[in-house]
Amino acid sequence: MLCRTANDLYWASRHMERAENTARLIDVTRRMALLPERYDRGKAEAAPWRRALDALGIAEPVLARYGIIDADTVLKHLLLAADNPSSVFSCLRAAREAARAQRVAITAEMYEDLNTSWLDMRGTSWARIHGDGISNLLEWIKSRSASFRGVTIGTLGRGEGYHFLQLGAFIERADWAIRLLDIAGSPESHDGHESQDAAEYFRWSALLQSLSAFETYRRLYRESVSAERVAELMLLQETNPRSLLTCTHTLHQVLQTLAGGQAMEAVRRAGALSAQSRYARIDEVLANGLEAWLQDALARLSGLGDEIHRQFMVSTDIAQLAQTQAQNAA
Amino acid sequence: MANGFNEMYEPLGGVRPHYQAFDRWLNSTPEAQIERRRREAEISFHRVGITFSVYGEESGNERLIPFDLVPRIVPAVEWRMLEAGLRQRVHALNLFLDDVYGEQRILREGLVPRALVLENSAYRQEMRGIRVPGGTWSHISGIDLVRAGDGEYYVLEDNLRVPSGVSYMLENRRMMARLLPELFSRQQIAPVERYPDALLEILREAAPAGIDNPVVAVLTPGSANSAYFEHAFLAQQMGVELVEGADLFVRDLSVYARTTRGPQRVHVIYRRINDEYLDPTVFRPDSLLGVPGLFDAYRAGRVTLANAPGTGVADDKSVYPYVPEMIRFYLSEDPILHNVPTYQLRREDDLRYTLEHLAELVVKEVHGAGGYGMLVGPASTKAEIEEFRLRILARPENYIAQPTLSLSTCPTFVESGLAPRHIDLRPYILCGKRIHVIPGGLTRVALREGSLVVNSSQGGGTKDTWVLEGGA
Repeated sequence: MLCRTANDLYWASRHMERAENTARLIDVTRRMALLPERYDRGKAEAAPWRRALDALGIAEPVLARYGIIDADTVLKHLLLAADNPSSVFSCLRAAREAARAQRVAITAEMYEDLNTSWLDMRGTSWARIHGDGISNLLEWIKSRSASFRGVTIGTLGRGEGYHFLQLGAFIERADWAIRLLDIAGSPESHDGHESQDAAEYFRWSALLQSLSAFETYRRLYRESVSAERVAELMLLQETNPRSLLTCTHTLHQVLQTLAGGQAMEAVRRAGALSAQSRYARIDEVLANGLEAWLQDALARLSGLGDEIHRQFMVSTDIAQLAQTQAQNAA
Repeated sequence: MANGFNEMYEPLGGVRPHYQAFDRWLNSTPEAQIERRRREAEISFHRVGITFSVYGEESGNERLIPFDLVPRIVPAVEWRMLEAGLRQRVHALNLFLDDVYGEQRILREGLVPRALVLENSAYRQEMRGIRVPGGTWSHISGIDLVRAGDGEYYVLEDNLRVPSGVSYMLENRRMMARLLPELFSRQQIAPVERYPDALLEILREAAPAGIDNPVVAVLTPGSANSAYFEHAFLAQQMGVELVEGADLFVRDLSVYARTTRGPQRVHVIYRRINDEYLDPTVFRPDSLLGVPGLFDAYRAGRVTLANAPGTGVADDKSVYPYVPEMIRFYLSEDPILHNVPTYQLRREDDLRYTLEHLAELVVKEVHGAGGYGMLVGPASTKAEIEEFRLRILARPENYIAQPTLSLSTCPTFVESGLAPRHIDLRPYILCGKRIHVIPGGLTRVALREGSLVVNSSQGGGTKDTWVLEGGA
């Protein structure tokens, strides 16, 4: 398979996964914004929306650009802004463009599915979203992502192309598992007030609901919703299809298939990440500081992404050339 | 302007024999149902993404080529004549190319002016003396045909560089078979579906000698190109890689694709980019679309390019008047298909005549394509004609002129219902060890009333083309 093809397929599924998770992020943020103000200091200053941007690390640039952070600004920026490369609008466009460039490598149904999503998205305006309701749009985004995933699973042959689509989807989803956990707030700020307990319960259950994970949680723990358990579910539980463990485990497997027994740095990194989430204990993670653990995982994920790119998406002759030049320069 | 030959109706209004089955269907099908199927066709073309982008418009502006439900039908006996004529013409054009880049017999005999060929901007000096595999230069050809007032066919132009549109031929057929299956059971319609298979066959046959299992790739300028859909479509139908210039590199005179598993040899390139962009080290140095070193690999016989560089000299409009002469010279046969009478404005007499009759003639730039750079006298204002006159006078040798043919018409769905619109026909011819003439082609239709310009970039549409088997 061409390096360019591998790269395009990887990003097509990454962008669809990103669109879906952005919808989930907005969903959980809207739920949290429903909390009465006395439960959420700073709500008047749109604290939940600010937290959503913080989780993505983009609060400062958004504030600088729009001069204000409120619900409408964040919604427009995350859903519609054509100049935000990660807005749902841009994601659907990028996924469709990548698929258009790689029509040969995917099935006609997959392209038609992405093309339909894009044509509908292109016809959407802020006025129309307001008229139809944000919830409808969020449901639509999730169903478009599910549709693409379904058509891919149902029609594409299990070759290299399928594997690169998997890599893109799961590396993106792993990233969001961490960021979405971040948005519900850190579990340590406890001072025992009942109002705070209620607010915390509300937030964590909002997160579970926006991930459709509430039922999984109940079946698994049969106890009240707690920060510790939610963190465990999001990071370390294999039964949760969106957990960090599930994602890194899948990445490891797919990379092993692609390597075909060859020693490969990407396989080693994915294996190490997967083992880290498989054998960690949530009480230890919390005792040593969740934030640091999450930051470390994010950095290692990003390193894995770079390594996948270097291994498969940069042509060997360019790599060799760079090496030779480096040697000559030395 | 005369209405021209009507493909479906006789002058007194009767339905021609080969359209009678279609006419019965048309009369027995409620209008609402036809309308529904037309809408269905449009939605389907959009969803599948069969679009093209228009040069000069904002990027990403993809348009649908309008598809018309009324097929163009060619009776079997007419097609037999066309097929023989196309085969003959493409054969002679290939012999001409092999000759002008080789021995140049036809120039020595003085049958084609030496300067016209050798000083032509489409003549590639770099190809002098190169022997191409099987002597085939134009592997894929598209010959544009029109019918004049009496129903006689004429060749309007030859396309031997990178002729496009074949994906529409295939998709139009697929659409018709889906929307109107009942019509296909009423008549024997020759299938066109084998085209991608025949294309792969001739490309593999063109591989450099000694390669048992050649790797074929389609080379595209990229997804911003107006014909990208077609490039992707053909690669997919043939099951070969679709590559851009940056996906290929040349090492030790061999061409490789950059793949996830390292470099992979490529033996045959169906290139859909123009000569001058193929290799920046030989042709245009600013080209980012091509592959540095590709031409050296080609010259060394390590890779085949289809079509060969330099085919443009045979389809140039200034060389077109000599094609009948080529047929007589190389094949000792009389041409089966006729040329449109052509005035060559580099000749003084022809120039004088043309300047006196601009309002009646069609004037074309010899290197122009796509309906750009031409004057349709009867459809132009006085000011447009005068402006064009100055352009001709500045460089007469750059133009040819032809009588305005009253192109044949075919009933077409327009706002006001069914109405006659002008059409042309581009059949596709594949040359390998054998010459394959695909029974059908792309029928283009000028959707504006009275317009003779069928190019999709100028608001033309397309129709399915049915070649009937046996009988009428």
